[in-house]
Amino acid sequence: MVFLFYLLSAIMIICALLVVFSKSPINNVIYLIVCFLAMAGHYILLNAQFLAVVHVIVYTGAIMVLFLFVIMLLNLNKAIILRKSTVTRVSAVITGGIFFLVLLAATRQTFEIHAKYPFASDFGLVSGIGKVLFNEFLLPFEMSSILFISAMVGALMFGKKDV
Amino acid sequence: MVALISTIAWLVPAFPLLGFLITGLAKNRLKNNQAGIIASTLVSFSFITAVILFFSLRSSGQDSVTVTLFNWISAGDLKIPFAFLIDHLSITMMLIVTGVGALIHIYSIGYMHGDERVNSFFAQMNLFTFSMLLLVMGANYLILFIGWEGVGFCSYLLIGFWFKNPAFNYAARKAFVMNRIGDLGFILGIILLFFTFKSVSFTEVFAQAGTLQAGAPLITLITILLLVGAVGKSAQIPLYTWLPDAMAGPTPVSALIHAATMVTAGIYMIARSSILYNLAPITLNIMIGLGLATAIFAAVIGLRQNDIKKVLAYSTVSQLGYMFLALGLGAYSSAVFHLTTHAFFKALLFLGAGSIIHAMGGEQDIRKMGGLRKKMPVTYFTFLAATLAISGIPPFSGFFSKDLILTKAFENNPVLYVLALGGALITCFYMFRLLYLVFFGDQRLSSAHPHESPRVMTIPLIILSILSVFGGFLNIPELFGGKSGLGEFLHSAIISKVTEELAGSTEIGLIISSLALLGLIILLAYRTYVKKAIIPAEDSKSLSSFSKAITNKFYIDEIYTALFERPFGFLSDFFFYNVENKVLDAAVDGIGTATSRLGGLARKLQAGNMSFYLFAMVGGILLFIIFILIV
Amino acid sequence: MKDISSAIQLIPLENYVFLSVALFSIGMMGVLFRRNTIAILMCLELMFNSVNLLLTAFSAYHSDPAGQVFVFFIMIVAAAEVAVGLSIIVMMKRNVDSVDINLLNRLKW
Repeated sequence: MVFLFYLLSAIMIICALLVVFSKSPINNVIYLIVCFLAMAGHYILLNAQFLAVVHVIVYTGAIMVLFLFVIMLLNLNKAIILRKSTVTRVSAVITGGIFFLVLLAATRQTFEIHAKYPFASDFGLVSGIGKVLFNEFLLPFEMSSILFISAMVGALMFGKKDV
Repeated sequence: MVALISTIAWLVPAFPLLGFLITGLAKNRLKNNQAGIIASTLVSFSFITAVILFFSLRSSGQDSVTVTLFNWISAGDLKIPFAFLIDHLSITMMLIVTGVGALIHIYSIGYMHGDERVNSFFAQMNLFTFSMLLLVMGANYLILFIGWEGVGFCSYLLIGFWFKNPAFNYAARKAFVMNRIGDLGFILGIILLFFTFKSVSFTEVFAQAGTLQAGAPLITLITILLLVGAVGKSAQIPLYTWLPDAMAGPTPVSALIHAATMVTAGIYMIARSSILYNLAPITLNIMIGLGLATAIFAAVIGLRQNDIKKVLAYSTVSQLGYMFLALGLGAYSSAVFHLTTHAFFKALLFLGAGSIIHAMGGEQDIRKMGGLRKKMPVTYFTFLAATLAISGIPPFSGFFSKDLILTKAFENNPVLYVLALGGALITCFYMFRLLYLVFFGDQRLSSAHPHESPRVMTIPLIILSILSVFGGFLNIPELFGGKSGLGEFLHSAIISKVTEELAGSTEIGLIISSLALLGLIILLAYRTYVKKAIIPAEDSKSLSSFSKAITNKFYIDEIYTALFERPFGFLSDFFFYNVENKVLDAAVDGIGTATSRLGGLARKLQAGNMSFYLFAMVGGILLFIIFILIV
Repeated sequence: MKDISSAIQLIPLENYVFLSVALFSIGMMGVLFRRNTIAILMCLELMFNSVNLLLTAFSAYHSDPAGQVFVFFIMIVAAAEVAVGLSIIVMMKRNVDSVDINLLNRLKW
């Protein structure tokens, strides 16, 4: 089972890199979906089954389909060569690497604290999350509906041809 | 009576100020003679107020009244109230300034009639009168200085009144710059006074002056610095050359500013500071030298001038030299007496000259005049009175004042007397030369149609001629059974040096001999210019070297040009081309260029490129985290 | 279920931190790397998800359900954000006929 963690992690990182480096937008979306499915696996590993299901439904089911729709609508599946200059791309890679190292250095100091916490999760199912969500976080939950409505209206406004 | 003085003293300068404001602000509205009438009326009011002040002061029994209007400067040790000092000296000056000033204002109505900027003219004249009154009334050196600068400024404006003529503008600038040289000395003197006495008020300074030892270097330095100011303002050697050029202004201006009042400001200031000057014998000796040299030098130049106003200008310089001589001799009240009579007869001479110029249609060259006696009888007789007065013929006013100075000179040193008398004889000669050339003989300019001036001009002439004739009786010496009225009157304000009195017989001898010489001179002038009818040569004719030098005013202007103006020009050019252009401009331009270059660099950061912004954002976050990690 | 939870106990929390940091850095690199606006948006989703993963891991190891509720809310916000972001891209395509981010250079005003 430890093997499972490393397998999923490897799939995630490889797919994430492919998302960045592959040229066709369609391929990007496919790799991203694979990446997200691997992440859903991670959620299950962490005993967060509710999140895993929601993740698959929302991300792979809704968001990524939205991406595909837009690509299709805009007819972007032909590989349009939109590449930044070599200098920019090299510096982007270098910046990413430095960022990785710096973030590691920043989190390294907290490792000792982490070690004190063993895995202890028994609330990942719908009932566990549901209790918390509808007890403590009821107001934010209801408020998020307003956010959705405004996002919907906004998207409609942007999408209309003549405003 | 003191209360009355305190109440109305401010009115004296307030009237001309009001006139300045009215005529100055409404100069586009006032028509014809309105500005002149307003200005003259207000100056006359000022004169009436001064007369009231005079009688109140006499009946009050007090020597001086200080009228504090408000506290002007108050900073640390420096406390300067805006105050007027009404005493016998300032009231004398006020009467002269407002009296002669009012007459000249009235005269100007006629003289300036029809000039397109007549309203500005009266505004400036009123401003001048206001400044001059501040000068003579101020109770401390600072207010005196305000007036001092004010009259200098008005003088500049009025000399350059016809500013469309570049030569007149140049003359105005010359007067201004030369006065600045004197003013620098004057203000340094005031500063030194303040450092020495911790006050600039007349009463306090003079009260403390007694503690200083006579001839101390400090007091000598102060008096010399003040003297520099007086030399500039009163046109003495070496700063006299602006006054003849100042004749570029309208003739009433020459009469008021450059003969009767402003140029006497230096005399007034030194007479006012008599206590200080008594303590500085070195300065007094310098003044004797300067005064005598100026008196003779200017008189010699006056011998060969052919411009009617230039002759009078050099005569003014010469008479101011006599006043300086009197000051140097410690006879301050004699100087003020001569100042008074000079104000009368010199104003009269200038106004008469103005009347002549007016009649001749702007012609100023005496070689082209002649025969005006019949055509302009009023002008002739008044001019004659003034000429007799300035020549020192008894009983005209000039006789008494000049004789007093000559007597004082004799008391001091007979050599001084001889030199001063020589100057007086020269004065007499060139004045009669002027008189004969202008009024006698035949009319030489056929195109002109001389006519008597209107009454508004002749009445001031008549009043002034009465003053010139009888002004001397203000101060009849004891020799003639008088009481030296003016001298006694001024005694409280001026501390004259006491010299031994001459024996009456010596004095009478001196007077008779000088009168005999004067008679000879007049006869000589008569023979030359009336009998032989010699007309001075045209400018183009070659002259002997000495007379050529005189005609060219001893080349003083040229020497000044070579000595000061040229090196100054070179220096200015040097600084302009090398320092200004290459260093200062380069520095200023450099700052501008550097800023715009830096801006150009910074502008590229703001190219609006999203991907660059993203890079910048990530870089910022990185730096932020690194900073937290390190610190 | 018992299996999974017993196995996961062998994996220390650090590994999840490493994984999240790696994913976040890759996503950020992608944002800088790509010119295609849609790809950039996808990289943003990647960064979102790395944070989600970390929150879930912390919540699980800390036995605090609030963390997982946060993830739920983040998903809500992400969904809204993607909807708006994609509509912006659609409008951009419509107006300048391209999805090139370098064409969006008007931000200097």
